[in-house]
Amino acid sequence: MSSTPAIQLTDLSKTYDSGFRALKGVNLTIQRGEIFALLGPNGAGKTTLISIVCGLAQASSGVVLVDGHDNVREYRAARGRIGLVPQELATDLFETVLATVNLSRGLFGKPRDKALVEQVLRDLSLWDKRHEISNNLSGGMKRRLMIAKALSHEPDILFLDEPTAGVDVSLRQNMWAMVRRLRERGVTIILTTHYIEEAEEMADRIGVINQGEIILVDDKQALMDRLGRKQLTLTLQRPLAQLPEGLKGFDLSLKDSGQTLVYSFDHQQEKTGIAELLKALVWEGIEFRDLHSSQSSLEEIFVDLVQGDDGRDPAHSSQPTRAAGGSR
Amino acid sequence: MNLYAIRAIYSYEMARTFRTLMQSIASPVLATSLYFVVFGAAIGSRMTEVDGIPYGAFIIPGLIMLLLLNESISNASFGIYMPKFTGTLYEVLSAPVSPAEMVIGYVGAAATKSVILGLLVLVTARLFVDYEIQHPLFMFGFLVLTAVNFSLFGFMIGIWADGFEKLQIIPMMIVMPLTFLGGTFYSINMLPPLWQTITLFNPVVYLISGFRWSFYGTSDVSVGISLVMSGVFLGLCLLVLRWIFRTGYKLKP
Repeated sequence: MSSTPAIQLTDLSKTYDSGFRALKGVNLTIQRGEIFALLGPNGAGKTTLISIVCGLAQASSGVVLVDGHDNVREYRAARGRIGLVPQELATDLFETVLATVNLSRGLFGKPRDKALVEQVLRDLSLWDKRHEISNNLSGGMKRRLMIAKALSHEPDILFLDEPTAGVDVSLRQNMWAMVRRLRERGVTIILTTHYIEEAEEMADRIGVINQGEIILVDDKQALMDRLGRKQLTLTLQRPLAQLPEGLKGFDLSLKDSGQTLVYSFDHQQEKTGIAELLKALVWEGIEFRDLHSSQSSLEEIFVDLVQGDDGRDPAHSSQPTRAAGGSR
Repeated sequence: MNLYAIRAIYSYEMARTFRTLMQSIASPVLATSLYFVVFGAAIGSRMTEVDGIPYGAFIIPGLIMLLLLNESISNASFGIYMPKFTGTLYEVLSAPVSPAEMVIGYVGAAATKSVILGLLVLVTARLFVDYEIQHPLFMFGFLVLTAVNFSLFGFMIGIWADGFEKLQIIPMMIVMPLTFLGGTFYSINMLPPLWQTITLFNPVVYLISGFRWSFYGTSDVSVGISLVMSGVFLGLCLLVLRWIFRTGYKLKP
């Protein structure tokens, strides 16, 4: 039983009536109990993918299995396991917090449970607001209310579509603490976020989607190890107008009007080339007064991947190093 | 069957009705009472009998139908349009709820409210005019059937509408004229022969006629035809709804 993935997508495609192909044959497996971050630029297909899995949009072709259940033929079993917190804030205009949360629980076929609803609302600091009209809440509270609604029916799988958009720092931290607690209880969490540092901090695995295609899925650490490029930055004593001939063999770029020399290298390679570079600098008579190395962040990896996939980004083609790596 | 979901939708919708008691119940009752005062008690006393029934009593079934149609359509269309408008419908659509359960919840609540209003108006009418109900069971059954039919119709309008104007246009431009010209205030026998024939294409005629028969035992068209027409309308509504949910029309892209 435990080997059944939480979500399995096979050849999932979606073409809207307008002809726009939002998803192009997506294959993706999300294991139980993991936190999976789905990254991608605006319009990449993240929300379409979530909408199809949750039953809000119809796939043009392909199969979605939720805990082994086909989400069309066995929609009750499939949907009953999923809690969804969509990107757009949507609250009832005239209903109280408590009434909307009770509605959510009922919709998912669960009998009323005052104690559980109270606990969910307390966890999200909404208990004091339970008799407020939901539309009168602040933006951050509305976001928490939508999470409370999704959690009120005790889902095994939780979709968080941009959950921290427009949420202040302390609330965001509380939210992530809650996500960790949910994971400890065995809930599978799939999140999309623009804050890549959050994916970096939270996720077990990361998928990158661009132009309707999953271009990469990997463990976060493996992804960073595999794609993470390191940079050695040297601050020169005297600026260089251009790179001397003797340094052309290295992946170098000049910054700050020739004051800074940036060397990009793959830190997993046995030979990083640093020793050779330093020798060549001495040979060329170039002196430096400072040096430090840094590893590229997930954000840089992500931008690099998406731009590489796109192939149209002018910044990418103009940089001798890979785009994101050379920009810092 | 997800009974909890049906109950949740139904009670959520009914809670809206009772929370806004004044506009939900009091104002339609007041408006209809004004019709009775003006057409029944005031002008009615100067009018001759229609089909052997005093005018004030004659218009009661028609006025209740007028209210029932308007309220059923507006309750049901509003009930499904609002969550569409606010975006909260995502939750119902992503829940393990079948289309039938969704319709029972929303349409059931809208129809319940209409029936309560119809009965309230019936009781209120007693304050102004005398009337009899020869076939009370048929009257109640027909009231419920019509409330369900037009709540289904309203539900479809709510799904179709993508703005508040569209929500109003069919009740205002089609249903209201058909009701006024469907024999609410007159017997179609009072019309010239050509207009009598044209009027028979108005489906509301069959509703009012059948409903009036349950009160006074007289009708413009036979009760059997009224029932068949109501059945046909119900069947058509269910067919269109089936198509809506199968294709995801305006609900699921």
